[in-house]
Amino acid sequence: MIDFRTSPDQYRHWRLTTDGPVAHVTMAVNENAGLFDGYQLKMNSYDLGVDIELNDVVQRLRFEHPEVKAVVLASANEKIFCAGANIRMLGGASHGHKVNFCKFTNETRNAIEEASAESGQIWMCAVNGTAAGGGYELALATDHILLIDDGTTTVSLPEVSLLAVLPGTGGLTRVTDKRKVRRDRADIFCSMEDGVRGQRALDWRLVDELAPASQFDQAVTARAQELARRSDRPDNANGVLFSPLDREIGEHSIHYRHLSVELDSSRRTATLIVHGPQQDAPASVADAQAQGDSFWPLALARDLDDAILHLRLNQPEMGTWLIKSQGDGPRIAGYESLLEQEHWLMREIRLFWKRTLKRLDVTSRTLFALIEPGSCFSGLLAELVFCADRSFMLDGQWEQDDTPAAELQLSAMNFGALPMSNGLTRLETRFYGEPQSVEQAREQQGQPLDAMAALRGGLITEAYDDIDWDEELRLLIEERSSFSPDALIGMEANLRFTGPETMETRIFGRLTAWQNWIFQRPNAVGRQGALQLYGSGSRPTYNFERI
Amino acid sequence: MTALKQEVNYDDLIPNNVNLSEDRRLRKALEAWHPGFIDWWKDMGPDGFQDTPVYLRTAIGVDPKGWAEFGYVNMPEYRWGILLAPAEEGRTIPFGKHKGEPVWQEVPGEYRAMLRRLVVIQGDTEPASVEQQRHLGKTAPSLYDLRNLFQVNVEEGRHLWAMVYLLHKYFGKDGREEAENLLKRTSGDKDKPRMLGAFNEETPDWLSFFMFTFFTDRDGKMQLESLAQSGFDPLSRTCRFMLTEEAHHMFVGESGISRIIQRTCEAMNEAGITDPTDVEAVRKLGVMDLPMIQRKMNFHLAVTLDLFGNEVSTNAASAYEAGIKGRYQETRIDDDHQLHNDTYAVLKVVDGELKMVEETALNAINARLRDDYVKDADGGVKRWNKLIKKAGVDYELSLPHIAFNRQIGEFSGLFVSPDGEVIDQATFEANRDNWLPTASDLAYLDSLMVAVTEPGEYASWIAPPKVGIDNKPGDFEYVRLAG
Repeated sequence: MIDFRTSPDQYRHWRLTTDGPVAHVTMAVNENAGLFDGYQLKMNSYDLGVDIELNDVVQRLRFEHPEVKAVVLASANEKIFCAGANIRMLGGASHGHKVNFCKFTNETRNAIEEASAESGQIWMCAVNGTAAGGGYELALATDHILLIDDGTTTVSLPEVSLLAVLPGTGGLTRVTDKRKVRRDRADIFCSMEDGVRGQRALDWRLVDELAPASQFDQAVTARAQELARRSDRPDNANGVLFSPLDREIGEHSIHYRHLSVELDSSRRTATLIVHGPQQDAPASVADAQAQGDSFWPLALARDLDDAILHLRLNQPEMGTWLIKSQGDGPRIAGYESLLEQEHWLMREIRLFWKRTLKRLDVTSRTLFALIEPGSCFSGLLAELVFCADRSFMLDGQWEQDDTPAAELQLSAMNFGALPMSNGLTRLETRFYGEPQSVEQAREQQGQPLDAMAALRGGLITEAYDDIDWDEELRLLIEERSSFSPDALIGMEANLRFTGPETMETRIFGRLTAWQNWIFQRPNAVGRQGALQLYGSGSRPTYNFERI
Repeated sequence: MTALKQEVNYDDLIPNNVNLSEDRRLRKALEAWHPGFIDWWKDMGPDGFQDTPVYLRTAIGVDPKGWAEFGYVNMPEYRWGILLAPAEEGRTIPFGKHKGEPVWQEVPGEYRAMLRRLVVIQGDTEPASVEQQRHLGKTAPSLYDLRNLFQVNVEEGRHLWAMVYLLHKYFGKDGREEAENLLKRTSGDKDKPRMLGAFNEETPDWLSFFMFTFFTDRDGKMQLESLAQSGFDPLSRTCRFMLTEEAHHMFVGESGISRIIQRTCEAMNEAGITDPTDVEAVRKLGVMDLPMIQRKMNFHLAVTLDLFGNEVSTNAASAYEAGIKGRYQETRIDDDHQLHNDTYAVLKVVDGELKMVEETALNAINARLRDDYVKDADGGVKRWNKLIKKAGVDYELSLPHIAFNRQIGEFSGLFVSPDGEVIDQATFEANRDNWLPTASDLAYLDSLMVAVTEPGEYASWIAPPKVGIDNKPGDFEYVRLAG
């Protein structure tokens, strides 16, 4: 089982130090500490284990270090910044592992980019040695790339020429969309083994700044300080420490503090039950901060984030996720009024939810939301309903049960704070051709909506009464589980992201889809394919037919 | 500079057998590069001897019987030539995936990046040693040695030309840029150092120089030997001719150390010193004690072994498979020259111990070349020991273990004694001064470095050679300092 939980005292591959407003995140991959056997993580190459730690670093920096305004990503290896994803690991990994590995690493790089853009924690990369493939892609995720100008060190994306695959963590997309490298130069850059160094790397916008070796450290320091000055993070605030995440894994269930998961292997479903707050919201932001990582919206986000990652990697056959909630809906509004305040911690929690919901959006599982009596899909949690491919609400009460009928409630959270990767809110995406429906929903903020009202407003897919509920859902789930998971993944991923393209949608759509296709092709993974033969000394044999 | 260009007759200036006068593209490229090279030579070549006539050998052809001529030359006017060993009729690729196919006369597109990288790395080492040795002229132990230093220097310069020729001729615009960059990096420079570690080390004294030419130029020889096997025929021919010159560099190193050892033993015998480890007594004689020579050997071998890269290397395997870079004396090895089913025993670190491990032969190309190198170097050490024995001194020099003091490859980060025993860091540090040159060694060496400039005279610590260069007599004025 792959565990995504870690903490700085357990890091094997990274060093995290902070010095006032500047943090140093230094890659020092332990080559003998790969997640699996059969490869060594030489030359600062990485596997999922390395990235799990990086994800933890990114996360903790934001919550535990409000004072950190600039982050310097660097390497402890003098000659090599990072050689990218470990090729032997990729060569030996199953298709599913490769795909999930790429997805997770992409999410981490997006989180780095988001930290720079929205959290006032601006990342830069000090490329002190060769940055190849995923190594350069890591640099690309930062806002400023400083390259050592020593006549030798290059940045490169050699995947096409050496490995017959694509740079899988946004390299192609960021070269063109973020750094706006001219397409013919990008074509040259992305098909050369050796990469580009010094002045040309700067001229082509592959990097932002050059520094000679003797002045490299000073240049890094100066730039980090300059970036820190752009930040709006507080100078003297206490961070929120992340305590180890409580999680209990049973045979058919997983329990977190605010989330439980029930696994049904015969139906191939995982039911995620999100719990609302047990108490009223604290009176002020200061009181909220005093609760630390027990503050409900933060604690739940951590639970949900871990559950998504855990289920993705460790429960690949649970093809349908049923999302439910339990709790006191009206209480959530009190928490939201705190989250909406201009305060670094409240902003971080909002952004954490944004990232977590985006994880759900790109999860290759069917998502059904079930809104039943006793549920609390209100505001923040209503977004889970809008993440789902379809949503169902019980119309009325269960027979012989006096729990009041389910209600859905909208809040400001549904209208801007939590956009999808296409830049639109989930409601804007949902009502792509009918902006008046978004407006109508906006007017209904704060009103409890029963099943009929929700159905009329287009906020749910279907409402069933308790006579139909069980049978309709049984049929639906059985039908869904009978389809080819491949076709479903493709269909869902296409239908979820309506409308405009952004760098992120291009990475998760165009780049990932092509990469996943290439990952299946004999030219990459066949016995004579480049990924299999890499490192054997033998050269690949390609089928030269264009498809 | 531009006015001069038109006047230069490159056929006169550059001895060549590559039809330079007819090759417009190549001439144009060299015209652009040549002034930069001369500037580099003046800035970074031998310091203080640019206008001094030196009795040098110049390669003018490739006929084994008479490929060079001797004469006095001011070094900036040396005629650096472009000479390839004669083409072998019907030569086929001797190894790898393309074994048996006709050799390539043009770069195959598929291997362009790999070939260029190899040529650039080889090219980067050539000017580096000139830079490392640029101050040695001021402390030469004799005019004979001074001349040998400069001979090595100009020929390293020519080897740079050889690589630049390949870059210009076969690698288009990228090749020209790489050729430019070969002049931009500088040995030991903190901003733009040379590519490989050993070529950024200092060569502060003449013992270091002889050690460098014996050990590090021998790595150059091994690399050239394996590139001489290349299926890319112009590279093969270029390297084959470079090897004829490289032999002299080996000779300078081996004979230099022989002469130092001989002088030390003679002086000890004359003074009646029987204990070679009585360093204080030996140093009073103004000669180099044998334990210090051993420590220098330890240092230079380790630094040089690092140049072979990772013992188990997929890059080397790819280059072999591609037919680009072979093994030492590839064509004399009795196997299928494809190695898909072969293994090679490589010394590796297994659970903290040194053990022989069978690796696929393809991945062990570097390890094998290093093993061949060690054998080759050991021959020289045996000859030095004969000298010591013949002089009746009880001391034996030996190559340190291959795992000793390594920074790159399998043994980096491991602490190993010169005998090959794995030890801890504390033990290593406690013995550092027994095993590696000490500050007092270097200070002593420095104190010996005084120029001897009279023809036929030699510094106190080195014996005269048995035979002069070009059969010249003992008092021949190899370098006309007064000029």
